[in-house]
Amino acid sequence: MSAEPTGRTHYLNADYGVKSWLLTIDHKRIAILYLISITVFFALGGLMAVLMRLELATPVGDMVQPDTYNRLFTMHGVLMVFFFLLPSIPAVLGNFLLPLMIGAKDLAFPKINLASWYIYSIGGLFTLWSMLHGGVDTGWTFYTPFSTAFSNTYVISTAVGVFITGFSSILTGLNFIVTIHRMRAPGLTWFRLPLFVWAHYATSLVMVLGTPVLAITIFLLGLERLFHIGIFDPALGGDPVLFQPMGWVYSHPAVYILVLPSMGVVSEIVTAFSRKRIFGYKFVAYASVAIAVLGFLVWGHHMFVSSQSPYAGVIFSFLSMLVAVPSAIKVFNWTATLYEGSISWDTPMLYALGFIGLFTIGGLTGVMLATLGIDIHVHDTYFVVAHFHYIMVGGALMGYLGGMHFWWPKITGRMYPIFWSKLSALVIFIGFNLTFLPQFLLGYLGMPRRYHAYPEDFQVLNVMSSAGASILGIGYLIPLVYFIWSMRYGKRAEDNPWDAFGLEWETSSPPPTHNFLETPTVSLEAYDYADREEKRRAAEVSASGAVEPG
Amino acid sequence: MSDHEQVTGVGAYVVVFLALMVLTSLTVGAAFVDLGPFNDVVALAIAFTKATLVVLIFMHVRHASRLTKITVVAGFLWLLILFGITLTDYFSRGFLG
Ligand SMILES: [Cu+2]
Repeated sequence: MSAEPTGRTHYLNADYGVKSWLLTIDHKRIAILYLISITVFFALGGLMAVLMRLELATPVGDMVQPDTYNRLFTMHGVLMVFFFLLPSIPAVLGNFLLPLMIGAKDLAFPKINLASWYIYSIGGLFTLWSMLHGGVDTGWTFYTPFSTAFSNTYVISTAVGVFITGFSSILTGLNFIVTIHRMRAPGLTWFRLPLFVWAHYATSLVMVLGTPVLAITIFLLGLERLFHIGIFDPALGGDPVLFQPMGWVYSHPAVYILVLPSMGVVSEIVTAFSRKRIFGYKFVAYASVAIAVLGFLVWGHHMFVSSQSPYAGVIFSFLSMLVAVPSAIKVFNWTATLYEGSISWDTPMLYALGFIGLFTIGGLTGVMLATLGIDIHVHDTYFVVAHFHYIMVGGALMGYLGGMHFWWPKITGRMYPIFWSKLSALVIFIGFNLTFLPQFLLGYLGMPRRYHAYPEDFQVLNVMSSAGASILGIGYLIPLVYFIWSMRYGKRAEDNPWDAFGLEWETSSPPPTHNFLETPTVSLEAYDYADREEKRRAAEVSASGAVEPG
Repeated sequence: MSDHEQVTGVGAYVVVFLALMVLTSLTVGAAFVDLGPFNDVVALAIAFTKATLVVLIFMHVRHASRLTKITVVAGFLWLLILFGITLTDYFSRGFLG
């Protein structure tokens, strides 16, 4: 299985031209289409963040108008959540890897897979159009009654963009569920599946069950804004608070759409670079499903101060804290996997370890926010902003970058520069913490979120945060540059550059269009590095035994 | 999967249809009898029976695979949980006065 440098046909050189990409039904090419699109949206969302942090470097609102600032944080949230984070790992890495990991030729519905990318793109265009015409200022949550009765920005067209994109998410989830049920290679039982696949199964459940609620909520919002049908407006007989449970029944589980796949990535990386079977495989697998299920039962923790009954608050507080249990199981099991492993510090591992630390901070501050008394103090402050950035950026995004570095050789057949990639992990880790640790303090001291000006006392911490954001920005630019560089100039990658475990490493890099030349069979448990080592040794012995007599 | 047609004949559909009609008239009839709070209980019990008939026979769940059955039950359980938690808010709003 050596990589032939020239002449071998793989999915990248099987066909050329724009049409061969835009009409492809190869899951690997569709993953690349998604990769390019989400990178564009990430850059735009990042630009908004840069402008916000520039404004917040001084206490007075001197750089942008208050209205402009409202649009900046709204568009930052909308672009990052709906057009970058939600599709990031599932639609790029999941799309590319699921069939490879289970030994299939493609996803169950290749055409639906392509359709999902078109739907995503149409939704994205709606949102971009709204942005170019002045954007929207409601916050990414589109809370009523502001979004229905007061905001005079492009609420409908942005919401339509989000509505449309939701369907791409549903289709991806559906595709994954069917694929995992029906297309596993012979011998690949449920409990031999890589944990990346388990995580994507749980994620797909959330996508399929949760996203329709988002669609319904946006639809009702549109009905009221356009046709004045009273759903949320009390003057028309509606209830403005009704929007919040409806919105959060989707939007809280949506956070798990971003973070569960990231956890799947971390499970793969931690085992590969510890050379060990994961500690407590079944616990980690079931924890994904538990997080997916519990996520639907905690919407009320966003409503502790929104006229919800305090008794219901107690129940939601308890249910929210329950989510910490499966999350902690994962963190403890990764840590236990590291114990006595032979650890190597390659770039993906640096990102994965970054994930574990930052996600733990994000998770624990989540428990703080689930506590009724604390939440009332820090509600709508920078404490909340810092908390969810630790989950979404420190968690989801670190995992995404870790996964990109882990599978980049498989995706492109090229290696990226080691020094620069390790540097990027370090710069991102430092920049991220410098940006968001001060925000915990700011929030605790009482600085509310979503304001473009603030009292002078808060300036030192805000300057730290802005400085951190600049470092973070550079940290993201470095991988962008060397990934693109590596596609042409990078060293050619072997089929299994990390000597990792899993079917995706048994085919060539980059894989042929149909993934495997012959359907693989599976006879080992997942991450069974010890057994694989034994088999290899046995094979060596018998090979040398066969040679010697002759 | 392919033996639905063999298992559920036209006769069964007709019987279920008639049963649904009878139960509907029962609902209408019960509305005229004052049972206090039990009016709701009776109406809901009849509705539940009708829904069960539809799901089991019209929707072929009775002869479906176990996976389908579990999915159906899970769906209803899920609805129950979501309604239940929502009602914790609704019912306890007055507690503080
Ligand atoms: Cu939440």
